[in-house]
Amino acid sequence: MRFRLTDDQRALRDGMRQLLARRFDGAALRGAAERPERLDRALWRALGEAGFFALRLPEEQGGVGLGLPEAVLVFEEAGRVLLPGPLAATHLAAGAVPGAATGETVVSAVDGGLVEWLAEADVVRGDAPGAVPMRSLDPLTPLHRVPGRAAAAPDPVAVLLTAAEQLGTAARVCELAVQHARAREQFGRPIGAFQAVAHLCAGMLARSETARAAVYAAAVTADPLDIAAARLLADEAAVRGARDCLQVHGGMGFTWESEVHLHLKRAWVRTHRAGGVTHSEEALAAALTAGAA
Amino acid sequence: MDLSDTPAEEEFRARLREWLAKTLPGLPPQPSPDDWPGRRAYDLGWQRRLHDAGYAAVHWDASPAIRLIFLEETEKAGAPYVGANFVGLLHAGPTIAAEGTDGQRARWLPPILRGEEVWCQGFSEPDAGSDLAALRTRAWRDGDAYVVTGSKMWTSHAEVADWCELLVRTDPDAPKHRGITWLAMPMDAPGITVRPLRTLAGSAEFAEVFLDEVRVPAANRVGDENDGWRVTMVTLSFERGTAFAGEVVACRRVLGELAGAARENGRWDDPALRRRLGRLHAEFRALWRLTQWNVSAAQASGGVPGAGGSVFKLRYSHARQELYDAAAEVLGADCLDLDRPWTLDRLSSLSYTIAAGTSQIQHGIIAERILGLPKGR
Repeated sequence: MRFRLTDDQRALRDGMRQLLARRFDGAALRGAAERPERLDRALWRALGEAGFFALRLPEEQGGVGLGLPEAVLVFEEAGRVLLPGPLAATHLAAGAVPGAATGETVVSAVDGGLVEWLAEADVVRGDAPGAVPMRSLDPLTPLHRVPGRAAAAPDPVAVLLTAAEQLGTAARVCELAVQHARAREQFGRPIGAFQAVAHLCAGMLARSETARAAVYAAAVTADPLDIAAARLLADEAAVRGARDCLQVHGGMGFTWESEVHLHLKRAWVRTHRAGGVTHSEEALAAALTAGAA
Repeated sequence: MDLSDTPAEEEFRARLREWLAKTLPGLPPQPSPDDWPGRRAYDLGWQRRLHDAGYAAVHWDASPAIRLIFLEETEKAGAPYVGANFVGLLHAGPTIAAEGTDGQRARWLPPILRGEEVWCQGFSEPDAGSDLAALRTRAWRDGDAYVVTGSKMWTSHAEVADWCELLVRTDPDAPKHRGITWLAMPMDAPGITVRPLRTLAGSAEFAEVFLDEVRVPAANRVGDENDGWRVTMVTLSFERGTAFAGEVVACRRVLGELAGAARENGRWDDPALRRRLGRLHAEFRALWRLTQWNVSAAQASGGVPGAGGSVFKLRYSHARQELYDAAAEVLGADCLDLDRPWTLDRLSSLSYTIAAGTSQIQHGIIAERILGLPKGR
């Protein structure tokens, strides 16, 4: 057992982090939130060139030929910066939909009763007749509701990639909270010196690091139960982490200018993807009586 | 990232499994929880068997990955817990191995490994629990001995221990964390009184220990005089590292039993209960992965578990309490019956967020040592 990132994996993660820092920094995020419903096609193609969508496609099909652990690392980076767009759907379409692997084609998919980025997508996988636009809670994720759709069993890879994005949010909001707690002074000292604030931050780290171990392990084993568990842990770490980050930011956290609300809103959107938490909870419960604990 | 066994780990696991399958059926029956001499004999007997099979030092000699395989396989097979050997194998032993002299290693380590001597931990005091460095038990140097006077609290296995890893204050004028010395105290020395303490679970699990001018040979000092705090930190990092890892496997087994019980009594039809158990299943799976993650990190950095142990300890202690709260929901009114095993487990789980550093202390360690937040009050 060597449950550590390899040098190659570290390099891949760092490379993706640098690319995103160049192409989608904090200013770009706030800019995108001001003019929602438009996807940056040049960025999408840059992601394609970097292998984001073709990462798991075999080399003989023009892909990068890597595996789930690497996909999880780049999706975590996407989650950290709140990269908009149907990332998982396009990634899953690589090799099946022309242009998806290179980022030329934006692919979305019907997921339960919802479709993300329907108007901007070139291809929508699944049946979406009568899709009705919603006024999406997340300014960076346009949503359509598809009436009368029963939730099918989710693709475990879609579940895992969603968990990876949630992990990115969980880690990022912990960093944002800690930065703020170190810098912001009240009563003559940094608020991070107050135990109540310090303990909120420590709780955020404890949740995100537990989620990290679960998400990475699920990427290695590809076991559907490991994936379901990773999803629940990552959802919890992202949603509670974003809430606590907002709390640490105090009144500033409740403004549109702070990016904290964007993390919480995206985390909420992701909890409804790929079967939602209920499916994962029921799958893990069912496994208990099948003796697979 | 690789979760599979290396060839050496695979071989170790296979050999251990085979040995467990052969050995466990021949074990004597477990003594009752209140039979302390019986438990001592049983636990030492188990350690003796491990010794004879070549597994005695698995908690310290082997790589952390091997330790984890040992904990996983013994727990899965339903092997006895480390029990009365806990302090010797997981605290005092590794500390003496790391900080003791050759003579001290030769004196104390073999009897721990052979299952001949039991150790207890004399760290906490009535006014020095989480604030361990506030301890007041005093020791004066008198010729070739230290003379110790004071009292210790929450001392597990004190009634049946041969040795006590004892923290004493040797320099009352030094700053709080200096002035402390680590001694190995023989429990049969004159001046020691052990008074069992009854826990809220009803059992006499640990004791108060009163020390009245107890003479401890100066040769029993591990590390330098007044350097005991540093020595103790070595001990505590072992405590938070893999000490609870085997229990995670046990909790997963309990979850399976809970699901079975819920099926039998009809509670399984309640989706809220199913979802609660599903979440706990996720939690304990994740805690096992976190252990593997921490162990791999420790292996890469030379073996001593780091602050990641605090994340594990914090999360696990709460998860264990939630597990037995869920058990109470499955049992219904039967959860009030002390003869149901989960009832006692629920009561004893209350200690997990307190012992070995409270949850609040773990939050503080994470905030200051991992996140680098300013020290506060």
